[in-house]
Amino acid sequence: MPDKEAVAPGSRKEAAVNALADVPRTPGAAKPDPILVADNVVRRFGGLTAVDVDHVEIQRGAITALIGPNGAGKTTFFNLLTGFDVPDTGSWLFNGKDLAGVPAYKVARLGMIRTFQLTKALSRMTVLENMRLGATGQSGERILASLFKFTWGSQEKSITERADDLLKRFNMFEKRGDFAGSLSGGQRKLLEMARALMTAPEMVMLDEPMAGVNPALTQSLLGHIKDLREQGMTVLFVEHDMDMVRDISDWVIVMAQGQVIAEGPPDEVMQNEAVIVAYLGGHHDKALTASGVSFTEEAQS
Amino acid sequence: MDWGYIFSVMISSAFGVEAIVFGLAAIGINMQFGYTGLLNFGQSAFMAIGGYSIAVTVVQLGVSFWWGIVIGFIASVLLALLLGVPTLRLRADYLAIVTIAASEIVRLLVRSVTLKGIFGGSDGLQSFSGGFFALNPIPVGDYNLGPVNFTNRELFVLLVGWLLIALACLLTWLLVRSPWGRVLKGIREDEDAVRSLGKNVYLYKMQALIIGGMIGTVAGFVFAVGNEAVSPDFFGTDTTFFAYAILILGGAARVFGPVLGTVIFWAIIQGTDVFLRSGIDAGLPVISLMSGSQAAVIRFILVGLMIMLLMIFRPQGILGDRKELALDAR
Repeated sequence: MPDKEAVAPGSRKEAAVNALADVPRTPGAAKPDPILVADNVVRRFGGLTAVDVDHVEIQRGAITALIGPNGAGKTTFFNLLTGFDVPDTGSWLFNGKDLAGVPAYKVARLGMIRTFQLTKALSRMTVLENMRLGATGQSGERILASLFKFTWGSQEKSITERADDLLKRFNMFEKRGDFAGSLSGGQRKLLEMARALMTAPEMVMLDEPMAGVNPALTQSLLGHIKDLREQGMTVLFVEHDMDMVRDISDWVIVMAQGQVIAEGPPDEVMQNEAVIVAYLGGHHDKALTASGVSFTEEAQS
Repeated sequence: MDWGYIFSVMISSAFGVEAIVFGLAAIGINMQFGYTGLLNFGQSAFMAIGGYSIAVTVVQLGVSFWWGIVIGFIASVLLALLLGVPTLRLRADYLAIVTIAASEIVRLLVRSVTLKGIFGGSDGLQSFSGGFFALNPIPVGDYNLGPVNFTNRELFVLLVGWLLIALACLLTWLLVRSPWGRVLKGIREDEDAVRSLGKNVYLYKMQALIIGGMIGTVAGFVFAVGNEAVSPDFFGTDTTFFAYAILILGGAARVFGPVLGTVIFWAIIQGTDVFLRSGIDAGLPVISLMSGSQAAVIRFILVGLMIMLLMIFRPQGILGDRKELALDAR
């Protein structure tokens, strides 16, 4: 559970940065208080090894970014961790509990909740119904109890209050009666994040939260993600936008070709030679010679 | 042309036994397809189970039809589990293929020569409704309800049938207004999203399949008792697709959609039939070019045309909400 005690704004960022200050800048580095520890997670699609992560730890209460070039296996790794895909080998512990072979819905119930790269707003349900669906432990979701409103009516009321509070926080309260399908792309991202928060998660995994969001909404989304940390949640997110990664993350993990190739605070990681190579290729800073022949030779070498 | 007669036929078919049977079948499909997005193309199998469990228990075992009802419900739950366990974890189309195949298997099984001793082969089974009609509180005689005439037996079947439709609608309404129904609608929209929120999607899909199938079984009970006979060829894929047509006509994911759909569907099917036949008898131009048996087919073409027009101008069905449909599905 995210702890509810009041903290001074920004203090959790400081705490997270301090906790990570002494962590070695090497792939698979041990963290002082990991919430998630993955070992030897491998997923192959036929001949292609999409994910091959030896060891990685995610610090509790911090915002960790997972970056890497296209096809690096970030989303696949997400799917594996959250039970939406099954790895060939590997184990991973969330709060010390082994999640290998645990189905997606149980992973979500344990407090590790995810969003999707392609937003999954439930179009033909209202915004409020989307939110209510997120609440866990609803007695009215059991088939026999659902027939008798007195068994779930009061719980429904408190769920609605919680949903309304969250919608107000995300500036979506006036949309609560609209169909989710009528929202813009950015609003759907907001709705998906708010809906995920209805489950009261401990760790939030955001798959490209900024993809397709207009710049005006980006700032508010960034604010909401920082908010998650202030409320004591752990955030792991996949993102391509480097400015955003630099702005909000406490720690960055870089993946390329399925493996973790670098780790560190955002500014240091972006100077890392291996990272630059992964993004731009091996010989990006060598001057091209005037003759086309020698260029071809270099490409072949 | 006797317009009064045509009108009375339309009224009696709109509320007749067939309207009840298909209405119930469509209410079951509404739970599966309308609310959960499950494509069950095997509703006729659930109906066959209902019809034959009453027929077989009464005719072959010689016990009360109440046992047939109990056995029918148990068998339909088993069939739903059998169909659902392997397919509900897969994409939606697998369920469609498996259910349509299963319904043909059930039909061919009860039709088979090998099992003629139990199910009566292609002749089916007859005269097993005595126990039901013994409960009839309506005194013997004919009753005039407006333009339509009913015997006390018919009236009893209709009364019980519409009571069952009312109960099925009440059940649907209670279920879909609850958080349980909200999960179903969420699954219809995107099951991965629902899974990511910690709901056991597989369990909900199975529950929806079972409930819809059991309502289909009730349709089979009414069919068997109301007609005092069951024969295998009624339980073909046509029956399932009529029920789908009824659901789409009335409006999917609406509690009263299937009820309105079945009333309109049967009024038109039987109304056009009588209209065309009496047109032939009266020697009306164009219509009298047809023979009686051709007219019987033309009515289905007309219903098909009507559904096409409805899909073009009112794709949400009669009771549906246009706004809802205008949204992009994903």
